[in-house]
Formats: sequence, structure tokens, C-alpha cells
Amino acid sequence: MKIVKVRMADLKAIKAPGILTTLGLGSCVGIALYEKVNKVAGLAHAMLPSSKEITNNENKAKFVDTAIELLVEKMVKKGAIERYIVAKVVGGSQMFTFNTMNNVLKIGERNVMATKMKLKEMGIEIISEDTGGNYGRTIELDSQNGSLLVKTIGHGTKII
Amino acid sequence: MASCKFNDDIIIDVLKEIGNIGSGNAVTALASMLSKKVKMSVPKVRIIDFKQVPTILGGEEEIVVGIYLYLNEDVEGNIMFVLDIKSAQNLLEMLLNKKIKEFDEISISALSEVGNIVASSYVNSLSTLTGLKISVSIPSIAIDMAGAILSVPAIQFGFIADQALFIETVFEEGAHSVKGNLFLLPDIYSFKKMLYGLGVL
Repeated sequence: MKIVKVRMADLKAIKAPGILTTLGLGSCVGIALYEKVNKVAGLAHAMLPSSKEITNNENKAKFVDTAIELLVEKMVKKGAIERYIVAKVVGGSQMFTFNTMNNVLKIGERNVMATKMKLKEMGIEIISEDTGGNYGRTIELDSQNGSLLVKTIGHGTKII
Repeated sequence: MASCKFNDDIIIDVLKEIGNIGSGNAVTALASMLSKKVKMSVPKVRIIDFKQVPTILGGEEEIVVGIYLYLNEDVEGNIMFVLDIKSAQNLLEMLLNKKIKEFDEISISALSEVGNIVASSYVNSLSTLTGLKISVSIPSIAIDMAGAILSVPAIQFGFIADQALFIETVFEEGAHSVKGNLFLLPDIYSFKKMLYGLGVL
């Protein structure tokens, strides 16, 4: 089975067969998109909620808003039909805790919120999610059936 | 605003020197805490693409210990001290004089304290050399996948650049060897202030 690795601030789309994986998601958000009719899968590992808040924004995969747009575009090029695409959202945890929390430290939560907003805006339904907490996650998206495996250290393994 | 790439040799040399002094102070503090002789190598200072960071620590899924502190007053930003599991165990053996299999409350608290000492030593030398007032928060610790822990400083750096300043120090006491990795993450305004304070900008 072909395994395609998606790194931090990166995104990939494939047509079945094959697995898309991203390792050690922390405060970043993993956005898994799937179109089951044509078996096209896409995975993005985005770091920041919005490309509009920052001037250094050439890397589209780094930001939730631009990453989702680009990922859908790539999936359509691989043969996906946009209106059939559904989403699964993973990550956005808060790895460190402080008494006084600033916005930057709450980035995980903001990444998840931004993801939900963007998906809603684009009319993509979220069918499952595993977000928040204070631990890391590794995910594997199977392009055959769209199942998403979530692995953690000390917090179990599940398929969503 | 000047771009925040660390490609200038002088800047790297200066940061390296601060790394040297900071690590030296940290090791002195550790040695007095342990009442033992601690040897230290010359720290390696590197400017790296954040995508490569997990690779340095053995891959995204490698379990590491991360101790994170934030800086305020004249310099705003963060500092993070990362240890691989073997180094963390060696360090605890040095400190607690016993074999460590699992990280209990005492070991976690001891590791946070070491992170605190190392980060503060580094920040103190930075503060002395720049003439800037920098205060350090209490430490917060996490033991998890390297990718997940490093996503925190990577995100901080993501705001300003795609590169990170990375300082690696190896120190030894008897048969125990500890490799400590320190990431300094000033925000863009503070970075400029620091370089100005150091006389390289």
C-alpha cells in the first residue's frame, strides 16, 4: 500500500489506493477531506488559522483558510466532485498550559474554529472530529474508504 | 521592518556566543545543584527550517520532553528546552540518584526545574549582553510526540519566518550524557531590539 506523508504546513491529494498520513499533530490542525464516489482523498496539516492576519503568507498549506481551498482544488484535479467532499477534523490540542493564556497559546482552539468556519463557508460537511485535549496525534486517511485512524501516546487509538 | 532571516554570519556568531555563555551558566548552576563536576561541549547553534526540526529529534513520533517558558518585558517571545527520553532519564538519574523508568510527579517537577534553570541562564546572558530587561515565566512541561510538542514553537515562528534558532548543548556527569536542545523564539520586534542591543544591527 502506498503511504504518502504530509508534513507540517503541507497538503496532498491522492486517488485510491493509498494512505495519506501526518505525524505528531499538536496545536496544528489536520483536515482530512474525502470524496467517496471517485475515491479521492486529501489531507492538510495547517499551522495557523488565517492567511489574512500575516504578511508572510506565501505557503498556502500553512493556513487553514488557504489550505482548504487549495486542497479541494487539488482533489478536483484528481477527479473528485466538489459537492460530494466531506471532512474529518483532528488536532488543535493545547500542549502547554499557563495561568495567563494569550491568543498565541490558544492557537489549537483557534485553528479548529477557523477550520469549521471555512468548511461551512465552502459547504463541506464535517462528519467526525477528534480535537482539543493536551496531547499529540498521528493520523492515517485511507483513500479506499475514507476511514481515519487516530493514534496517540497514552490516549488510545481510534478510527473516526 | 527588516526581514527576519538569520543568514548573517555576524548575527549567528553573536547568538552562538550567547548560547555559549548561557549554556556555561546553566551547567555551572546544575553542577552546584548536584555538587558534582559537569562537563559541557561547545554548543552547536543552527538556523533551521522548521520542517526539519522534528527530524533532528528523531522523527515526529519520537517521544520527547518539552519545557516551555515565555518571555516578557523588553523582549517578548518564548523559549523551549527539549530533551529526548534517554537524556531526560540520564538527567533524572544525576539529580535523583536512582534509575528512572516512568515519569512520576517528582521527576516531572525536577525536569521542569532543570528546564527553568537552563532557559533562565540563557535569558540572563542575553539580558546582560543586550542591556534589555527580560523576565521569564514559570515553566510548563509536556511529554509527547516530538511533532506535537514542536508544533508550538513552530507555530510561534510561523508568524514571522519559516526558520528557527536552535542551540544544542551536550553535557556529561560521570557516565551520564544529556543532550539538551534549546529553541529561542523572540517575536519580530523583540528580535530587532535584541540585535540592536547587541550592536549587530
